[in-house]
Amino acid sequence: MTTHDQDTAALAAETSEGVQEMAPRSATESAELLLEQGAVLRLPEGVTVDPGDFNVEVNPDETMIINMGPQHPSTHGVLRLMMELDGETVLRTKPVIGYLHTGMEKTGEELTYLQGGTNVTRMDYLAPLHNELVFSLAVEALLALEVPERATWIRMLMSELNRLSSHVLWMATNGMDLGAVSMMVYGWRERELVLSFFEKATGLRMNHNYIRPGGVAADLPPGWEDDVLAICDAFPPRLAEYDDLLTGQPIFRERTEGVGVLMPQEAIALSASGPILRSTGVEWDLRRDMPYMFYDQVDFDVIVGTYGDCFDRYAVRLNEMRESIRIIHQVVERMPRGDYRSQDKKVTPPPRARIDESMEALIHHFKLFTEGFKVPEGEVYTAVESPRGELGCYLVSDGSAKPYRLHIRGPSFANLQTLPIMLRGGLVADAVAVISSVDPIMGEVDR
Amino acid sequence: MGLEDLNHNFLTARLEDLVRWARSHSVWPATFGLACCAIEMMATGAAHFDISRFGMEIFRGSPRQADLMIVAGRVSQKMAPVLRQVYDQMMEPKWVISMGVCASTGGMFNNYAIVQGVDQVVPVDVYAPGCPPGPETLLHAILTLHQQISTGEITRRREETGAGAELALDAPLPGRGVLHAPSHVAVGRPH
Amino acid sequence: MSDATPAEAAPGDGDGAGMAAAEEVHGAPVTWSCGQQVLHPTREQYLDVVKALKDEGFNFCVDLTVVDYLAHPARRLPAGVGPERLELVVNLLSFEGRRRTRLRVQVPAGDPVVASLFRLYPGTEAMEREAFDMMGVRFEGHPDLTRILMPEDWEGHPLRKDYSVGRVPVQFKHPPETR
Repeated sequence: MTTHDQDTAALAAETSEGVQEMAPRSATESAELLLEQGAVLRLPEGVTVDPGDFNVEVNPDETMIINMGPQHPSTHGVLRLMMELDGETVLRTKPVIGYLHTGMEKTGEELTYLQGGTNVTRMDYLAPLHNELVFSLAVEALLALEVPERATWIRMLMSELNRLSSHVLWMATNGMDLGAVSMMVYGWRERELVLSFFEKATGLRMNHNYIRPGGVAADLPPGWEDDVLAICDAFPPRLAEYDDLLTGQPIFRERTEGVGVLMPQEAIALSASGPILRSTGVEWDLRRDMPYMFYDQVDFDVIVGTYGDCFDRYAVRLNEMRESIRIIHQVVERMPRGDYRSQDKKVTPPPRARIDESMEALIHHFKLFTEGFKVPEGEVYTAVESPRGELGCYLVSDGSAKPYRLHIRGPSFANLQTLPIMLRGGLVADAVAVISSVDPIMGEVDR
Repeated sequence: MGLEDLNHNFLTARLEDLVRWARSHSVWPATFGLACCAIEMMATGAAHFDISRFGMEIFRGSPRQADLMIVAGRVSQKMAPVLRQVYDQMMEPKWVISMGVCASTGGMFNNYAIVQGVDQVVPVDVYAPGCPPGPETLLHAILTLHQQISTGEITRRREETGAGAELALDAPLPGRGVLHAPSHVAVGRPH
Repeated sequence: MSDATPAEAAPGDGDGAGMAAAEEVHGAPVTWSCGQQVLHPTREQYLDVVKALKDEGFNFCVDLTVVDYLAHPARRLPAGVGPERLELVVNLLSFEGRRRTRLRVQVPAGDPVVASLFRLYPGTEAMEREAFDMMGVRFEGHPDLTRILMPEDWEGHPLRKDYSVGRVPVQFKHPPETR
C-alpha cells in the first residue's frame, strides 16, 4: 500500500451510501494547495488570495475529519459537510449533496407543459412562485405568447410577497441557528401573514401551481387589496423591531460580523448570485439590471453590502424585504383591470361556467388537460431573481406537448460552492452561522 | 389493607394504563426534515399552530433522545440508508409518522430517485396525506398517534413490522426496473 | 479571432429557425433563439471561444448542462454543425454589458469528453459534476469528477434518454382489517 493509498483509506469516510472522499493531503501539496481553498474550491491562480494565508504545514495526523449532516438540525435540510478540522479551526470543507435528489428534471420530461408547474414548484419550496414563474416565462417565450398586463402584475405581486415570506423564514431560521430563538417564533408568525393570503388566492399554503403558462390560475380574490395592504402595514414596524432585536444585539453582531467573508471576485468566479453576491458589494439584481415582467416600471433600490460577511447577508435580506414592500405598494396602485390569463384558446382552458353549457368547451377542456398543448420546437433560457439569486430555466422543446429537456438552474446549487471558501480558517462553531447565511434550499440544490 | 395509614391522596390504576398515558403525553420528535414538508413541520412547531399544546415542542437533534420520527418529505435512494440509521439509533419504544404523500407513497415523483414509500425502509404508524400536509393535518396525525399509543400494547415489539435492526428482506423489491434498492438497506415491510 | 465583436442588439424576436448562420463570433457560427444569442463552437474551439468571451466581458458562468438528443436528432443547427447525440449547453452572462450568450457544443456519445471550464470559471465545478453524474459527459481537467447527486455506486446516468424513468407500479393493498 503506498502512502497515497493509506491517506485515501484514512480520509475516505466509511458511509453506507458509498465513498465520498477528500483528496489526500499528499496529493494536494504546494502548488495544488495554492489552488485549493477547501476541498472543492480550487480557484485559479489569478483569483486566489495570498499564499501566506495557507497553513501548508498541517500535520495530517493532527487533523480530523468530521461529518456534519445529512441529518443535522442546522444544515437546513439534508446538506452534508465533510470538514477537516485542526483543533476547532476548519481547514477544508466539502459539501456533499444529493440526499434530496428527486429526479425532477426527469419527471419534468414526463409531464405536459400544463402539469409542469406542479413539478417545478416543489424545487425551491420556500419560493415556489418564483419557480413557477421562471418555468412559465420559458414556455411563453417558446410559444411567443403575450401575457395580459394584469396577469403580469399579479405575478409581480405574488413573487414579491413570496420574497417576503422566504426572507422572513430565513431570518427565523438564522436567528434560531445563532441562538436568538425568539426570532424563530416571530419569523414564523410573520410568514403566516403572507401564507394566509397565499392560501386565499391560490388555495394552498405552499406549492401553489398558481402561475401557469399563459397567466395565473385564478384571479385575485375579492378584497385582495385590503389583505395585501394589511401585510404591508404589518411588516415595517415588525421589521424595525427585528432590526432592534438583532442588529443592535452584541451577541448577534459578534457571531456574524467578519464571519464567513467572501470577496466580490470570489463570488463572481463561483457563480454565486442573489444576496450572497450583493453582500460583497456587487450591484447585480436581475430585476433592475435585466428587467423581466414590469420591474423596469417600478421604483426600488438594489441593496448591497460592503464586507461580504454573514452580517452583510443578514442586512441585505432585511432591507430587501423593505424594498419588496415598496414594490408591493406600487403594484397595488398600478394593478390594471383585465384578464388574468391569456385568451389564447391553445393554452388556456375554457372558463368553468362554459363547460356546463357547451360540449365543445368540455372537449376542449378535456383535451387540454389530458393531451396538453404543443409547444414549437426550440430552446430557451429564462431567468428571474428569486430570493436566493438567479433562478434559471433552460427548456428544450421538440414540438410535442411535453418538454424535451427541462433544466433548472437553482441559485442555491451554485451558492453552496462558496461554503468551503467562507468556512476556511473559521471556527467550527461559525460554520452554523455561515451555512445559515447562505440560505441553501436543498430541494433546489438537488432537484 | 394498610392504606388507611397514608395521609395523602392516592390513585389506583393499572400500570399499563399509566405507562400508556405517560407515553402518549410525552412524545419527543426527532428533527428529520427533508423537503417541503419540513417547512410545514417547523410551522407546526412555531407559535401560530403551537405543537407544545400537545407536549411535543422539543424537537431533538439527536435521535437517541427522541421517540418519534416525523419523516417530512421525499426520501431519496441516497437518503434511505441514512434514514434507516437514524431510525435504528432511536430508543424503543419509537414511532414513525410519514408526513406527506412523497414520504408515504413517493407522491408525484414516481421515478428512479425516490423511495416509493418510506414504509419500505422503516415501519410507519401514521400516514399524513397532503402535499405538503398543512399544520392542521400534521396535528391530526399526531393526535391519531397519541390515540394509538394510549390504546396500543405497551410491550409491542415490532419484529413482524421489520423494526429489528438486522431484519432484511430476501426477496427483491418488485418492479424496480433498471434500478436496484441500495443493497445495504435492510429493507423491511409492514404486514 | 478575439477582435470579432458580436452583434450589439438582438435582431427581431421570433426567428427561432436561426438558419442564417452568416454571423460568426470568435469563429463559432451564431444563431438566435427566441431573441437569445446562441454560439455553436466545435469541441475543439470550445475552450478558446469561452476564453475569448471571458476576455470580452462575460465574467459570470450562469449555468452548464447537457441535453441528450437521442430521441430528437433532427433539431435545427446552423449549416456546418453536425448534430451529435449529446449537447453541452453553457450560459454566460456579462455584468457590464448586461447581456447573455449561450454556447451549444456537440459531443458524440461514443467519446463524451469535453474540456473543463474549471480554470476559467471555478463555479462550474459543481455543474460539471452534475452533468457528469446525470449525463455521463466527462470533463477533462476537472479536479474532482465524481458523482454529485446520485450515490457513488449508482449505475448509469439517469437523465439520458435511454435510461428509464424507473416507475414503480402502484400497488393496491387492502387495509389490514376492514372498517
